[in-house]
Amino acid sequence: MAIETAWTAAELDTDEMVLQMGPQHPSTHGVLRIELRTDGEVVKAARPHIGYLHRCFEKHSENVDYPGVIPYTDRMDYVASMGNSLGYALAVEKLMAIEVSPYVQTIRVIMAELQRIASHCIAVGTYGMDIGAFTPFLHLLRDREKILDLFEWTCGARLLYNYNWIGGLSHDVPDGFVRACRQFLREYEAITHPELMDLLIGNKIFIKRTAGVGVCPVELAINYDLTGPNLRGSGLPRDLRKDEPYSGYENYQFEVPVGKGEYGPVGSCFDRNIVRAHEMAESAKIIHQAMDRLEKLDKSDVREKVPKRVKPAKGEIYARSEAPRGQLGYYVVADGTGVNPYRVKVKSPCFTAMSVFHVLAKGMYLADIIALIGSLDVVLGEIDR
Amino acid sequence: MSLDAAAIHERLQAKFGQKLSHFEAAAKQPFAVVAADAIADVAAFLKADPELAFDNLMCLSAVDYPKEMPPRMEMVYHLLSYRHAHQFVLKVHLPREEPRLPSVEASWGVANWHEREAFDLFGIVFEGHSDLRRILLPDDWQGHPLRKDWQDPDFYNGMHVKPTAQMAERAAGGEAIGIGPFAFTPPNKHVG
Repeated sequence: MAIETAWTAAELDTDEMVLQMGPQHPSTHGVLRIELRTDGEVVKAARPHIGYLHRCFEKHSENVDYPGVIPYTDRMDYVASMGNSLGYALAVEKLMAIEVSPYVQTIRVIMAELQRIASHCIAVGTYGMDIGAFTPFLHLLRDREKILDLFEWTCGARLLYNYNWIGGLSHDVPDGFVRACRQFLREYEAITHPELMDLLIGNKIFIKRTAGVGVCPVELAINYDLTGPNLRGSGLPRDLRKDEPYSGYENYQFEVPVGKGEYGPVGSCFDRNIVRAHEMAESAKIIHQAMDRLEKLDKSDVREKVPKRVKPAKGEIYARSEAPRGQLGYYVVADGTGVNPYRVKVKSPCFTAMSVFHVLAKGMYLADIIALIGSLDVVLGEIDR
Repeated sequence: MSLDAAAIHERLQAKFGQKLSHFEAAAKQPFAVVAADAIADVAAFLKADPELAFDNLMCLSAVDYPKEMPPRMEMVYHLLSYRHAHQFVLKVHLPREEPRLPSVEASWGVANWHEREAFDLFGIVFEGHSDLRRILLPDDWQGHPLRKDWQDPDFYNGMHVKPTAQMAERAAGGEAIGIGPFAFTPPNKHVG
């Protein structure tokens, strides 16, 4: 029996509708506005509008000296500040041919990997929350807090550290850091990681919501310069820590997880997230090895190589590092006369990930758009700089 | 097979000849300077040639050099081949007045946003770009702030961008400025 209240096709509007999603939408991970042209539930075209968080990082950099840029780098990807300042410090060190001691390198690796775990806690946790799983977020945030406590203990800050300096570090790790860090890793590996895999990644609803959604083929990923977990989610095992090791990453044994497409085509939202989840375990492995190494090394002054006056000779460098969200590139130009950088350009992995959004979003369901944004794991502070 | 920068430059030279004006082999990351009108063809060749196979544009930056002789803008292309794991850097020199060059969007999709950024912050125009709009700054912004001769405007849509002479004077007189409603309505040079 037909329902009499049902509308006939003639009564329905069939026009396309333009929907503004954001800039205050909770699932846009910051201030991102997406202009969606929808036909019913299907997205016909999407156009991201960025720039709401633009703070003129590159202009600021030209007006402060080389070490003065580091606090600004922290404010780009504020979920993973350690990676940002590390990338910049590596770039200027390359420019000035400074070699830091193995002791400093090892601490840098520990901090970078702790930051990777903390960052992926937010990435995977809030992703679960975006698509309806609230509890895993709380579990992951608990562990992120523990990492932030370790950072606070080391350098006094919980979010914006100003920790990786050109030629060294702002502070040595405190006494007892290694023990506390091992304690954290024991808890993480025994409790949080299995919880994450069971509660979220292996969850039937999570799989149904993400597998086969937002599939990014590897050619598209390379064409739009997706890097990090987004690229590895598409099945390409490329990781700068393996391919072009820096800070002594060649000394550590770890796997590069890639998306395998267990539940549908490779490169879906599920693959990007399972890569992040596996990466957290790999980071824990690296930290264990780095701490073993740290205990064997003689303590040295972490500010030993920090130059009193940073004034590189005329030249330029493009240096990349593997930040939690992908390859973070700094193009630093020195004119050889001033103590300020002549130009600092940042290639942010989130910027390039967002630039492919309109391709992936075409033809998706409106509800899946949320799943797609979260799976690319963008931080708007880094897109807008 | 991975090629070094000199070998890559040689292949480019053989194909494009006069369009490559300069090769800096001594730099930390060797670069070749390409004529502006040839950049799209060079990009397409670099991507399509099976031995070069530069499938990835890592970074695209613009730099302003007003003090060089002659004054110029530079576009810098950092390229990577995932297949062969080699890198190369291309540069294009542009005049500071009306800088224009062809877009490389057809070769690398990511260039779309990088070029929009260069247009937004430097005012470089990319011919053949599908969607050349401002990206980071508001649509009604005037000028291109990353140029070295950039001067902050006094007002943006009626809001003070930097203290005016009057404000500085009032501040010198001990008055609090920038808090509460303004005592005077500034002329708006962008709207109406």
